[in-house]
Amino acid sequence: MTDVRTRLSSTTADDSQEIRTGSLIGDGLTVARRNLIKIRRVPDLLIFTTLQPIMFVLLFGYVFGALAGSGASVQSGYREFMMAGIFTQTIIFGATITGYMMAEDMQKGVIDRFRTLPMHPSAVLLGRTLTDVVNNVVVLVVMSVTGLIIGWRIHHGALHALWAYLLMLLFAYALSWVFAYVGLRVRSPEVVNNASFMIIFPVTFIANTFVPSQNMPVVLKQIAGWNPVSTITQSARENFGNLYALKSGQTHAAVDKQTAYTWALQHPDLYTLSWTAVLLAVFLPFATAAYKKAVAK
Amino acid sequence: MGDAVTADGLVKHYKDVKAVDGVSLRVPEGSVLGVLGPNGAGKTTTVRMLTTLIRPDAGAATVAGADVLRDPQAVRRSIGVSGQYAAVDEYLSGRENLEMVARLYHLPAKEAKARARELLRQFRLDDAANRPAKTYSGGMRRRLDLAGALVARPPVIFLDEPTTGLDPRSRGDMWDVINDLVGQGTSVLLTTQYLEEADRLADNIVVIDHGRIIAEGTADELKAQVGGERLEITVAEAERIADATRVLEVVGSGTVEADRHTRRLIVPVTGGTQSLLQAVRAFDEQAIAVQDIGIRRPTLDDAFLSLTGHKAVSDEADDFEQLAGQAS
Repeated sequence: MTDVRTRLSSTTADDSQEIRTGSLIGDGLTVARRNLIKIRRVPDLLIFTTLQPIMFVLLFGYVFGALAGSGASVQSGYREFMMAGIFTQTIIFGATITGYMMAEDMQKGVIDRFRTLPMHPSAVLLGRTLTDVVNNVVVLVVMSVTGLIIGWRIHHGALHALWAYLLMLLFAYALSWVFAYVGLRVRSPEVVNNASFMIIFPVTFIANTFVPSQNMPVVLKQIAGWNPVSTITQSARENFGNLYALKSGQTHAAVDKQTAYTWALQHPDLYTLSWTAVLLAVFLPFATAAYKKAVAK
Repeated sequence: MGDAVTADGLVKHYKDVKAVDGVSLRVPEGSVLGVLGPNGAGKTTTVRMLTTLIRPDAGAATVAGADVLRDPQAVRRSIGVSGQYAAVDEYLSGRENLEMVARLYHLPAKEAKARARELLRQFRLDDAANRPAKTYSGGMRRRLDLAGALVARPPVIFLDEPTTGLDPRSRGDMWDVINDLVGQGTSVLLTTQYLEEADRLADNIVVIDHGRIIAEGTADELKAQVGGERLEITVAEAERIADATRVLEVVGSGTVEADRHTRRLIVPVTGGTQSLLQAVRAFDEQAIAVQDIGIRRPTLDDAFLSLTGHKAVSDEADDFEQLAGQAS
């Protein structure tokens, strides 16, 4: 390593430049970039991001589609109906990656490196949650293309569709902070994963995601009616123009009335945004405090 | 010149365990302080407090003039840290690791790339630059970790057991790098459980055991605390031990220790090589065959043993460290 020695002396000598403490956004983006590289490198995560959504669209579309009836047009109608639901479910699952990877990072030495750097203290959390947004955008694109291939269509124009996507991303972003908190408190990636599935499966199924929730037994129907998962899905169906895709032989007005059977479902955007705001208001400070506590040891 | 690092009465307790129990130390600018102690002595905890990773329960510390408790961000701007458990991101390549660290020190993108390239070359990682760090050997990870600590050319560097677990060659490489850093005026606080390492690298040494500093000084001062030079002789025939003892009683300045089994005799001397020559002549005159003869200076190992009552490194300690590492 004699060459190392001579070279070191020639380069480490002078020019001590001004080192400053970082901005939240700048450092957050650096951390997010690192997380995205990691997703590319870890096959499991890459599959989770790309193949799984495709599989879900096909699986739910064609298996549950058979329940809708035997006609081809009935089944393609179901596929159009369930796209908003599968979008919502997948995007919510995406938020759990934050919990999983947060827990994993906390077990690794890289957090110590971060903490001795003059970076913004919340940059790790911001970077982590921003990664989910990027991840979710990729997921939405992959699923949309898959959906278009199997006959799903956007009927109400690009602006409405964009709003539908945006609402999903906003809610999922708030949920990322919830799972960041969970990941920081639980500290074991496997446990986070299992716990997430235990919670998310019922939450995304007791909703109008895959079936018309107005047909559910009364208790489930009420839970579904106030479930934000239902309101995101309802809003997306309205904005994509998929609300009437299920062939029920009823008028549009009747379908409107039947599907929007709670105040929440009648005002899905407002209700979803309220949930988003409340989750962020609670879990952003909670997760930040949990992070500080976790690294202080 | 001022002090790059000062610590006054640092204390950190974990429940009932006093991990660090009132540690005070100084690292004068441009010097190396070796913090020497066995596993579990409190070395890592001390470094974690000085590098803002944990808050001390009591005491005060400054690094590069900034208060560790009141202005941790100012401390972080002036330090580089390389730890015992290499803090590299294993999914990122060596290059990506260094570029990320450079960006988090807020070097402009172009400069970050250039600095990463430079360090990869310096640490002989350019061949592996684009491979995920997961595929690196232990020595390569340590080099990458140290390179990460040097990205922003910080004036103060903390090295927590930089060579633990490295093979002798990698250890020698690491020593060269550290020597070079000091040659350029960088202040270094280095923890180690290897006495040889402290002896080689450190200007000053503090010996820490059970969270307390039990001795401090230069390597020579610490050795002197254990005693002066000794003359050691191994005679060829066991029958001549009595004769040899009489010679050494004249040459030496204290009692002669003789071991019949190993045919070895030890006596404290004050005359250095003069005493050695005197002894050689006397043995020659009396035709006492000598297998081995030499002046032996006490090593830091001797110093450590006499200061702490136990050896610096033991097998049990290693096991304990591994368990502790898994638990944390």
